[in-house]
Amino acid sequence: MLTKRIVPCLDIKNGRTVKGVNFVDLRDAGDPVELAKIYADTGADELVFLDISATEEKRRTLLDLVMRVAAAVDIPFTVGGGISSVEDIDNLLHAGADKVSINSSAVKNPQLINDASAKFGSQCITVAIDAKQIDGEWFVHLVGGKVPTDINLFEWAQEVEERGAGEILFTSMDHDGTKDGFANEALEILSEMLNIPIIASGGAGNMQHFADTFIKGKSDAALAASVFHFKEIDIQDLKKELKKQGIAVRL
Amino acid sequence: MKIVIINYGAGNIQSIKFAVQRLGHEAVLSHDAEEIMAADKVIFPGVGEASSAMKMLRETGLDTVIPNLKQPVLGICLGMQLMCHSSEEGNTKGLSIFDVDVHRFTNEVKVPQIGWNQIAELKSDLFTGIKENEFIYLVHSFYAPICSETIATTNYGLKYSTALQKDNFYGTQFHPEKSSKAGTQILKNFLNL
Repeated sequence: MLTKRIVPCLDIKNGRTVKGVNFVDLRDAGDPVELAKIYADTGADELVFLDISATEEKRRTLLDLVMRVAAAVDIPFTVGGGISSVEDIDNLLHAGADKVSINSSAVKNPQLINDASAKFGSQCITVAIDAKQIDGEWFVHLVGGKVPTDINLFEWAQEVEERGAGEILFTSMDHDGTKDGFANEALEILSEMLNIPIIASGGAGNMQHFADTFIKGKSDAALAASVFHFKEIDIQDLKKELKKQGIAVRL
Repeated sequence: MKIVIINYGAGNIQSIKFAVQRLGHEAVLSHDAEEIMAADKVIFPGVGEASSAMKMLRETGLDTVIPNLKQPVLGICLGMQLMCHSSEEGNTKGLSIFDVDVHRFTNEVKVPQIGWNQIAELKSDLFTGIKENEFIYLVHSFYAPICSETIATTNYGLKYSTALQKDNFYGTQFHPEKSSKAGTQILKNFLNL
């Protein structure tokens, strides 16, 4: 049976993890490779690296990091942040990334989704969508959720699937950082409307939130950062709890 | 031991090279027929789309080299699908090593299938030390049905082949290089053949 995925997300700047991590057993808490290895060994199903570096020079540091992660880790990982061309994607996949996640550049240039999925296959093209509710309607936001657009979340998600995305990573800006649970109503609509997997992001605070997003939100995977980085939730404990609630997980 | 990973186009093949390295071996990436024929073990990866991958194999002449290899050959993901008779992806002929046609999952399930599923009904040296219902990582939209060459099955809407074997040719739909400890064991088994 296909299992639900638990996906820790690591924010990367200049080749280092930026959000604080609380792993006493790490020699170097800022080294993404060490952190990735620990997650891979303790039951994470997949990893996401989100690069927030700005300059070209620093993006080359990212390629070097991707190669070091691929050399060290035996589970799949996705790389996102600042990807704007087929060439960027080619470089990342060539360095050893399994999937790439495109966000703002897909909104600015939707043809990139078609071009990338035709060249590399839908299975390695994730489209990340950040959205926020304004007067009851969900609108897509750009640049890490800072810049609003007039694009409706569900219309955009539909278009993204039609253009060949293999998966959607949906972050609710209303839930991100609240630790109050995922945006399960919107996730359920997305999951029922589309025929590609949906990764839920934003709002994880406790184990029940994960169970809820798989059962109520019908999500295929759940992404979180700080609850894992600060050891508030242990992935093995989380999976045991999910299994107890009848959710298929890899244990 | 000389291990060659067939390099015939875009995609992530570094991961396989790294997985072989973690097992203490070096693998070379090559599309040179003589180098491939001289290898002890050949890994045939596949990332991308079937008809364009077949086109690249024909252009480089590898479409006639691969089916005539005598050493153990492991096709992974699209590599396994290309070793089949045909594929619905781009309606292309395959290398016809395995006598089975590759189909697309129907929309009764989410396509692509992405994530960890289980392998069962294991019957091959490839699975020495692997228990029934072990978890492996898959990411694919097309599948090979059950046939006489099936050596592992998985359920996703229907039961299909997650591994095939004919003589010295092995194929896995899953990614051993991304399937944690079980995947490493399977890759190790292949290198020990």
